[in-house]
Parts: sequence; structure tokens; C-alpha cells
Amino acid sequence: MISTHLPVLQVVLPLLGAVLCAMLHRGNWAWAVALVVSWTMPFIAGSLLLQVVADGPISYAIGGWSPPWGIEYRVDVVNAFVLVLVSSVGAVIMPYARLSVASEIAPERQAWFYAMYLLCLCGLLGITITDDAFNAFVFLEISSLSAYVLIALGRDRRALLAAYQYLILGTIGATFYVIGVGLLYTMTGTLNLVDIAGRIDAIETTRPILAALAFLTVGISLKLALFPLHVWLPNAYAYAPSVATAFLAATATKVAIYLLLRFFFSVFGVGFVFDTLPVTTIFLALSVAAMFGASIVAVFQDDVKRMLAYSSVAQIGYITLGIALANQTGLTGGIVHLFNHAIMKSALFLVLGAVFYRIGSVKIQELAGIGYRMPITMGAFVIAGLGIIGTPGTAGFISKWYLALGALEAGDWWIVFLLVGSSVISILYIGRVVEVVWFRPVGEAAKAASDPPNSMMIPALVLVAATVYFGIDADLTVGVAAQAAQTLLEGLK
Amino acid sequence: MTPQALVIAAILIPFAGAGLIALMRRNRNVRDAVTLVTALALAGVVYLILGDVLEGRAPATGAFEIAPGLELGLAVEPLGMLFACIAASLWIVNSIYSIGYMRGNNEPRQTIFYVCFAIAIASTIGVAFSANLLTLFLFYELLTLSTYPLVTHRADEEAVEGGRTYLILLLGTSTVLFLPAIIGTALIAGTLDFTPGGILAGKASGLTIALLLALFMFGIGKAALMPFHRWLPAAMVAPTPVSALLHAVAVVKAGVFAVMKVVVYIFGIDLLAASGESEWLVYVAAASLLTASVVALTKDNLKARLAYSTVSQLAYVVLAAALANSLAVVGGSMHIAMHAVGKITLFFCAGAIYTAAQKTEVSELSGLGRAMPFTFAAFFVAALSIVGLPPLGGVWSKWYLALGALDAKQFTMVAVLMVSSVLSLAYLLPIPFKAFFGKPADNPGPSAIKEAPLPCLIAIGLTAIACVVLFFFPTPVLELLERIDVR
Repeated sequence: MISTHLPVLQVVLPLLGAVLCAMLHRGNWAWAVALVVSWTMPFIAGSLLLQVVADGPISYAIGGWSPPWGIEYRVDVVNAFVLVLVSSVGAVIMPYARLSVASEIAPERQAWFYAMYLLCLCGLLGITITDDAFNAFVFLEISSLSAYVLIALGRDRRALLAAYQYLILGTIGATFYVIGVGLLYTMTGTLNLVDIAGRIDAIETTRPILAALAFLTVGISLKLALFPLHVWLPNAYAYAPSVATAFLAATATKVAIYLLLRFFFSVFGVGFVFDTLPVTTIFLALSVAAMFGASIVAVFQDDVKRMLAYSSVAQIGYITLGIALANQTGLTGGIVHLFNHAIMKSALFLVLGAVFYRIGSVKIQELAGIGYRMPITMGAFVIAGLGIIGTPGTAGFISKWYLALGALEAGDWWIVFLLVGSSVISILYIGRVVEVVWFRPVGEAAKAASDPPNSMMIPALVLVAATVYFGIDADLTVGVAAQAAQTLLEGLK
Repeated sequence: MTPQALVIAAILIPFAGAGLIALMRRNRNVRDAVTLVTALALAGVVYLILGDVLEGRAPATGAFEIAPGLELGLAVEPLGMLFACIAASLWIVNSIYSIGYMRGNNEPRQTIFYVCFAIAIASTIGVAFSANLLTLFLFYELLTLSTYPLVTHRADEEAVEGGRTYLILLLGTSTVLFLPAIIGTALIAGTLDFTPGGILAGKASGLTIALLLALFMFGIGKAALMPFHRWLPAAMVAPTPVSALLHAVAVVKAGVFAVMKVVVYIFGIDLLAASGESEWLVYVAAASLLTASVVALTKDNLKARLAYSTVSQLAYVVLAAALANSLAVVGGSMHIAMHAVGKITLFFCAGAIYTAAQKTEVSELSGLGRAMPFTFAAFFVAALSIVGLPPLGGVWSKWYLALGALDAKQFTMVAVLMVSSVLSLAYLLPIPFKAFFGKPADNPGPSAIKEAPLPCLIAIGLTAIACVVLFFFPTPVLELLERIDVR
């Protein structure tokens, strides 16, 4: 009985939880609600994934109104994978949140933080699960607006500016998206993605459809921080509360990438987007620019959180590179990196959150010698950092391997060298932190530090363990990603 | 235990040892005993596997699939067996030496030193027993990472600087060149397994072979082929036991070992010899060999001189691989063993001199031989072995190498080998001569200087004797190497 309603529960539970948090008004109680909701989500997402892997796509009609009149939720391997990712990251982060939020956010605002977090979770899961282009816009706005608030809750006053900047750019992105959807609706008369996909073939060369694709691409690219539309990201990540950064870095951009995949592959179709239009060239160029430009900027950051934010922009370049290759292996690499990068980067941000919890700063010069005071935390940093570099034995290696193999299969051997070249730059920025942290005498700021309490340490270690585990036994991630890539390349028809 | 279990145990023992060492950090005697016991246990297991291999078996584990197309696996073949024997045997000697050296110099952070050391040995054994390129690459990178804290051990400006060069050059070459070569091989051959006769024959054109070969040879930065050799002198800031076992044996030999493996089991020497695509490598290796020897002549710092000598000697093995015939393969593989024993002795002596007299420069050693006769005698013996003179082990590998060069009709290379031997004579032998016959330095009188602590001397003695023994009894090594299936 309940199992048939899992798709809607995936979205409704966090929504109700958010309301409850707002009404409870007490930080700890709100946290308990958020914890219960967050821990329920992976079970729902996991069972959805198992169902679709076994029996194929699930279609769920909201309120019993069958599509195209009602909104349809449609789960296939692609979005089930993203649902599992988003909900798992949320679940791992929540136990960590209590102490971190308590130390970074004023008591009267803590309940709001959890309410906004749950709203954001609701929005992200909603975008992923819905099969309705306009419904996706609504969820996009829910997740974005709550994300602005989450960022603005940061302790540094510059967080307000960062949130405002993100608000302006995010709104432009959302507007572009909705214009694109509007054009699609005018031309096809439906908002249901499967239906649009069915009708678009006959009219795909018309001007409005081309315009729709352009608007959608730019709008979504803003949300996923594709270079050079990434300018909102570094500040937002740097000044947001630690928990919010870890959560958003792992999920928000990834869900936007999912939406792009959905439109490119499922709605418009591979043949149209990648063969008729020069999307491959544009995305390749931008991805490479991100992989190098953002990585090089990362090397020169003094704020380690900001450094990792730039690293995120670069890593997103890897994922879009996989999309641009648009072949089975390359796309598998892109999708698996979507997952791998999410766990590695949230692990790193959690580690930094622990440092911030102890010494109130993540400036690189204040971290001198902190490895001796927080050995487990900084050990975790090293391992997750190796993941970002793509050392064999970590998840990052798996994604890089498939991306490079995909590039070779496409005949673009030079991309392989760009991929590994960009990893070398990541050696520089990760290595720079490792040097300061482990091979400098213990600095003034770091003197009193020690590893954080278990409730913070364990979530970070879980993600670090996942980084290693999915580098040694990647059958699960690569298997699902390969299946997702196949589904995408076949299209919805 | 079954042979498979033994192979896995050989890798797990040093890892377990690393864990135990960390647990025993409170009591330094127990901790150091754990290192020794682990080293003995590892050597025991490796010799058991050696017995199997000499009886003609090839113990191997099944493949473990990380993801479709990515497999890890272990398999023992004669070349890897030889490498594992060298690493395991010398680890025992080196552990004895380390205990004397680290205590003699009151080095800080000794626990992390022994932990990283054990992990580095585990990685080395992993490299030796890899069944495919991916496994080799995994352990190769782990070896780089686990030795980085050893290089930066002193944690001062110079050490951090050296560590930076070390990490960037080794990780850089392996990421930018080695990894693409592996991915390319995977795509072309459809497998990464080390297979007798190679996996590329009939699948790649001449240009592709030349390109892949270049990527492999320069990508395997641990082989220190010029111009990617700078990490090795940089690594000399590490404590001497690290330089001795890791940067004269384990790390650099992992590099040339990987070169040999790639040439013999990925390309196949027949393919290289027939296509002639390895000809350029002969000259590159020869150039690296001679240049490094000349640079060694100019170095006054003892460890730097030894490091450049290593760069030069590593190029012998690359040269052997490039000659691509079975005699050269035997010579090159043998050189891995002979050079290891000789060079570790030289580094042990350098460390003993530092421990006893706090001297690091060649020019400061005049007259020191009278205070430390044992150390300098051992130095003399090992130096002759490196040069390749009888009655020392080093002569055999050069002999086979020269035969290989003749077999490949590369007469210039025979000359290059001669010239290089003379050069090594010129940069090594003045050191013991000056020490014994030179005028003592002014202050402080050598009377204050005594030989290094006993554990150091035991280690030096053992390896110096090994240099001699290997001259009279090279047959076990040859017997093992003749089993290499070059097709």
C-alpha cells in the first residue's frame, strides 16, 4: 500500500517536516525532526532504485489525476540514482549538523535553518522525481529560495552579499528556464516531459524549439555553475554555514546537472542536441576551461573553503565533459563522477566544518601544524583530497578512468591529456594544504584544537570511507551509472 | 598455506606490521622489535613463494573486479619474484640499520617513520606481484604517497621543498604520462594483464607503439630517466635509511622493474625488436646514463653523488629494456639485484659517516678512514661492485648487458657501458682513497670520531658480504631469471 506511494512521500515528507520545524521553533527539536526525515529519505530512494532496476520505470499520478492532465512523477534509473545520492548525503550530514549549526548560527535562528534545509531537500528531490517541466520549475524555486536563506545564515556578514549575488543570478537562471519551458509548451501543448519528447521530433528544427533549448541550457547551466556561469558559487560556498556548504556542494549542482541530462538526452534527444547542434564543441570548450581555469584559481586561494569551491567548479567541468562526449563510456564516467564528486566534496567540507568548529577559521595560514592536533580529521582530509586528485584506490580514479576511456573511444585522445593535466593542478592545491597542515610547526590558532566530537567525526569518516570503498568496489556505482547512461542515450521514445 | 594465500599474505604482512607498529608506539623497544619481526615474517613468506616458483609453479590469485574492465589481481613470475626477494631481504638488514641510525641521531617522530616504511614495503611487494598494469599502478602510486612523509621527515623548509619536488614529479609523470599510456593500452589491447609475449602484438601500428613506449618510459618517473630524474636528488633530504632502502632499492627499482614488466609482458621484446620502435630509447637511456655519471662527478655532497650514480645505474636497466633481447633482459633484471645490494651498502656507509662524524660532504672525508676503517672498507667493496669489477656481483649484470648489446648489434652501446664504468670509477673510488690516505681535516681531530653504532655496522657488513657472495654464486639469480618467459 505504502510502497505504491513512495514517489510522492519522497517529496511530501521533507515538506511537512519543514513546516513542523518552523512551528517547533526550538533548535534541538527542529534538528530531531530534520534527522528523522533525512534518515527516512534514503530508504524511500533506495527502494525506488531497486524497483526501477528490477522492473523498469515507475509512473505515479499525483492526486490520481492521470497525465497529461495531472502532474506525473516518473522514476527511472537515472533519477533514482540521483535521489539516492541526494537523500544519502542529507542523511549522513544530519547527525553532524547539530553541533556545527549550534556553534555557527544564533539559537533563535536554528529552527529556521532546519526548516530551510528540509525545504531545500524537498525542492531538490522534487526536481529530480517530477516528469513535469513546470513542476520542476516550482521545485527549482523552492530549492533555490531556501538555499539563499541557508547561505545568508552564515556567520560572516559577507554571507549576505553572497546570498544576494546568488539570488540575482539564480533568479536569472530560473527565468531563463521558465521561458524555455513556456516556448516548449507553446509548440507542443504539453508540459509532460515524455509527451514533449514524443512530439518534438516533427518540429525540432523550428526557431522556437531552438530558442527553447538555448534558454533551458543557459538557465540550467547557471544553476549547475558551468564555467563561466559559476561566479555565484565560490562566495556562496565560502560564506555559507559549514553544513549548508557540504549539503549544497554535494546536491544542488548535481540536481541541476541531472535536469540538464534530462532535457538534452530524454526530451530533445541525442541526435538533435549533439549531432545537429554544436553543443559538444561548446560544452567541451567550457568544461576544459573550467577544469583548468577554476583549478588554477583554486591554487591561489587562502580560504580553504573557497579553494574547495573553485575545485567544485573544476570538478563540475569533468561531469559536463562526460555529457559532451555523449557516448556510453564517457557519459557513464560523467554520471559516476556526479556521485563520486558529491561524496568526496561533502567529506572535505565536513572536515573543514570540523576545523571551523574547533578554531573558528579555515584560512590556510591559521591551519599550520593542525594535523598534529586533529590527526583523524586531517587524515580524512588527505584521503578525500586524494579522491579529488583521482589517485587509484579512490572513487575519483574510477570516474577519471571512464571519462578518459570515453574520450579515447570518441577519438579525442587530447582530452585524456587535459583530464590528467587538470588532476595535476589539483595535486598542487590539495598538496599545498597538506604541506601546511602536516609539515609546519603547530601555529598559535591550532594549539588548542583537537579532533571534533564523534557526532561530527563519524559522518565525515563515513563519507571518506565511501570515497575509498567506491574506488575499490565500484560495481554498484558504475553499474547503475552505465545503466543510467544507456537509458539516457536511448531516449524516452 | 596454499600458494595463493602466501601471495596475499606477502602483501598483508607489512600492512599488518604498520598497524602494529602504530599500536606499539608507547614502547620503542617493542615497536622496533615489531618492525624486525614483520620484516623476518615477510622474508619467510617470500622465500616460501620462491620455492614454489623455482619448482616451476606460478602462484596467482583470481582477478578482483573493481568495475567492468577494471581488475585487480596478483600473480608471481620470475622477474617479480626476484624483485620481491631483494626488497624483503634488504628490509631485514635495513631495519637493523634503521634502529641504530634513528636512535643514534635521536630522530623525532620515529613511529610514523616505521609505519610509513612498512606501508612502502607492502606497496613494493604489491608492485612486484601485480598481475596486471592497473594493480601495478595502484601500488606504484601508493608507494609514492607512503614515501612522501619519509622524504619530508625532518619537516623543515628544505625537507618540505624536497618533498614537494618529489611528489609533483612522481605523481605528475605517473598521472600525465603513465596513466594515459595504461588507458590507451586498455583500449587497444582490451586487457591489461601481464602476458608472456605481450598483449599489443598485431593490435597497434608502429607509430602507436612508439608513442605508447614513450609515455610508459617517461611516465614511469621512478625509473628516473632524464629529464624526469630531479625527484631522486630531492629525496635525499630524507633520513639515510630511507635513501638506502627506498631511494636506492624499493622506489627506484619499482620504476625500472615496471619498465621491464612493460617491455617484456605488455609490448613483448619480439614486437619491439621487430618494429625497431625502441631504438630511440637506446640512445635516450645512454644519454641519461652518461650525463648522470658526469653530474655525479661534480657533486660534493656524498648522498647527492650517490643519487646521481643511481640515476645513471637505473638507465642501465632502461637501456637493457630498450635493447629488447633476452640476454639484455637477463642483464637488466640482474642489474636490479646487483645494483640494489651495492648501492644500499654505499648509502649505509654514508649514513654511518653522518651518524658517527656528522659529515655530509665528500671533501670533508679526508683521513676519516683511519677512524672508521670498517665503514670505508665496506664502501670500497660496494663501490667496486657498482663499477662492475670482479670479484664482486656487479660484474655479472654488466657482462650480460654487454652481451645483450652485442646481440642487438649496438656496438656503440658496449662502448658506452665501458665509458660509464670508468666514470663510476672516477666518482666513487676517490672517496675511500681519500678517507684512507688523505690528510685528516684540521678540526676536530679524528680521534674523537668512532665507528657508527653496532646495528649500523652489522647491516653494512651483511650487504658488503652479499656483494662478494653474489660474484661467486650468481647461479640462483640466473636460474630464476632464465625462467622469464620472453617468447
